Amino acid sequence: MSSYNNSARFNEARKVAIFGGTHGNEMSGVTLVNLWVKNSAEIQRKRVETKPFITNPRAVEKCSRYVDTDLNRAFSPENLSAPEGDNLPYEVQRAQEINRMFGPKGSPEAYDVIFDLHNTTSNMGCTLILESSKDHFNLQMMNYIKKAIAPASCLVLLNEHPLLKYSTSRSVAKHPVGLEVGPQPQGVLRSNIFEAMRIILKHALDFIELFNEGMEFPPCTVEVFRVSERVDYPRDANGNIIAMVHPNLQDCDWEPLNPGDPMFQTFDGKTIHYQGPGTVYPTFINEAAYYEKQQAFVTTRRETLLASAIRKHEN
Amino acid sequence: MELVCLPRLPRVAVCGGTHGNELSGVYLVRELLRVQRETSEKEKEEEDKKSMSVLTVLANPKAMQRCSRYIDTDLNRCFTHAILNSPLSDKPPYEMVRSRDLNALLGPKGSCEAVDLVCDLHNTTANMGLCFISYSDCDWICLHIFRHLQRQMPEISMRYIHFDVSNRESYSLDSIGKHGFAIEIGPQPHGVVRSNIYTTMKSGVQHMLDWVHFFNSGTTFEGGLVEVFTMVKNIDYPRDCVTCSITAAIHPKLQDRDFCLLHPGDPMFQTFSGETLRYKGKEALYPFFINECAYYEKGIALSLARKKHVMIPTVRVQTEQEEQANKLGFASEEEE
Repeated sequence: MSSYNNSARFNEARKVAIFGGTHGNEMSGVTLVNLWVKNSAEIQRKRVETKPFITNPRAVEKCSRYVDTDLNRAFSPENLSAPEGDNLPYEVQRAQEINRMFGPKGSPEAYDVIFDLHNTTSNMGCTLILESSKDHFNLQMMNYIKKAIAPASCLVLLNEHPLLKYSTSRSVAKHPVGLEVGPQPQGVLRSNIFEAMRIILKHALDFIELFNEGMEFPPCTVEVFRVSERVDYPRDANGNIIAMVHPNLQDCDWEPLNPGDPMFQTFDGKTIHYQGPGTVYPTFINEAAYYEKQQAFVTTRRETLLASAIRKHEN
Repeated sequence: MELVCLPRLPRVAVCGGTHGNELSGVYLVRELLRVQRETSEKEKEEEDKKSMSVLTVLANPKAMQRCSRYIDTDLNRCFTHAILNSPLSDKPPYEMVRSRDLNALLGPKGSCEAVDLVCDLHNTTANMGLCFISYSDCDWICLHIFRHLQRQMPEISMRYIHFDVSNRESYSLDSIGKHGFAIEIGPQPHGVVRSNIYTTMKSGVQHMLDWVHFFNSGTTFEGGLVEVFTMVKNIDYPRDCVTCSITAAIHPKLQDRDFCLLHPGDPMFQTFSGETLRYKGKEALYPFFINECAYYEKGIALSLARKKHVMIPTVRVQTEQEEQANKLGFASEEEE
């Protein structure tokens, strides 16, 4: 019996996966997933089958982000439909395998939810990454998690930018959820970051269990930070960076950056100011892996999304 | 107080990129090279009147290019007497070749042609502030430079770490100079350059060069007590006896508390099932290199040191006559 006329209906989310090691040197996810592969009691819920899975074992072995190419950019239609063969980069082969196991992407057989566990060197705290503003299931889940972990905070980053959106490992699922926790250096495991990630997962799985049991979630609003622009480091003609993130901006992820605020500091000590037209909210500030992606940080804009009521289909 | 007169230090080397993903040193040495390139000829003449030459070296360019610690093996373990002097295999690891090149450029280790001072720049993910790491607790040059930096940069927490290893067995790049030390600054993730860490390193290097210049120009430096942390032992993570993978992380109460005295019974690790493991040693010691990224593969979760105070004498540079007399003395000693 729905108390809301226009509640969105979804199938039960019975097939859930937790991905770790999509980047082999982001240790919280690698460690948690390895732990759960051995003993999955902690992630089991009624009416849900949760599969912990190491997505890039060779990169985990090397403790490097990737072997040939970034797995978390490899799930494009071209890659997934490329003729199979040993000459394909390791991560493209791996993307095809993962797509077969957890997808196919976009098909009714695909997994319902995939959580992909990441760490960042940026001071982002706990961040949930949402790939679509119209995914009311995910919006409700994120709202649930935010409430459950209060007063600790967990922010939502929305990336549906036509150019900056990329084809993630989790995108194989119907409801892809990225989880990014920092700051933590690559190759390092910090207990506080590890525990924070573990708690978010607990609440996320609780939400799915409640949903599957038939609980109806009333309409709500979710504050998100929408990816708006990529900002690169100043570079010389050879492509080498000539400046660092300014000390006033370093570690200030999610805080307003206003026109005229210091943004970079050159290696000889000069300050470069932000010249954009209005206030933005930078994040992924000084992420180690993004030097090679020509990104010092991304700017976002705050907005409030409306999530409609949801409940499961009566079968 | 006792006065010790020491030989001049005409040749100083500043090295970065010995570990290719420790970016403060990489970018600082690049910046020093850029300034050298852009310095006009006239300014260079002025520079020449200074009391010393400064050699800036990017030690492991291939690892820098990949932004990884090393290519085949850790370069900063390749400078023992044995490794530098044993025959090379047919396909030697890149770093073994590189260590010989650097020894030819800055050494040879243990010889009188070696540069006078090698300062090698490093970063750590541990919350160690600025540390000097040296193989000697009686190298008055290193200790005086350390004290100079302490005085010039009072806002920076600074420690002198002593690894008690003989010169033949010493393995790091800075061991090939007549005097040498590493400057280790953290916390900074590998593959990242943080402006605060870079700026600290830059001023540290500047003050180091200033001190050498003052010393060479005849300034007398008063002696006194210096706090020294002598490395006692390393502690590994608890590991699964079959897979060798770690089964615990550094305890939140120990994380980031480098150089805070660790007492017997204090929490050290937290297992993934939430259990606290405690420090079982009998002696309270000072932890450092807590949760350094590169030491997981070396089996080191943290190192422990004992603190002591070293009385360092007043020093000044030898006069030319003293230097001559010393050389003669040295030569006659060698003949004996």
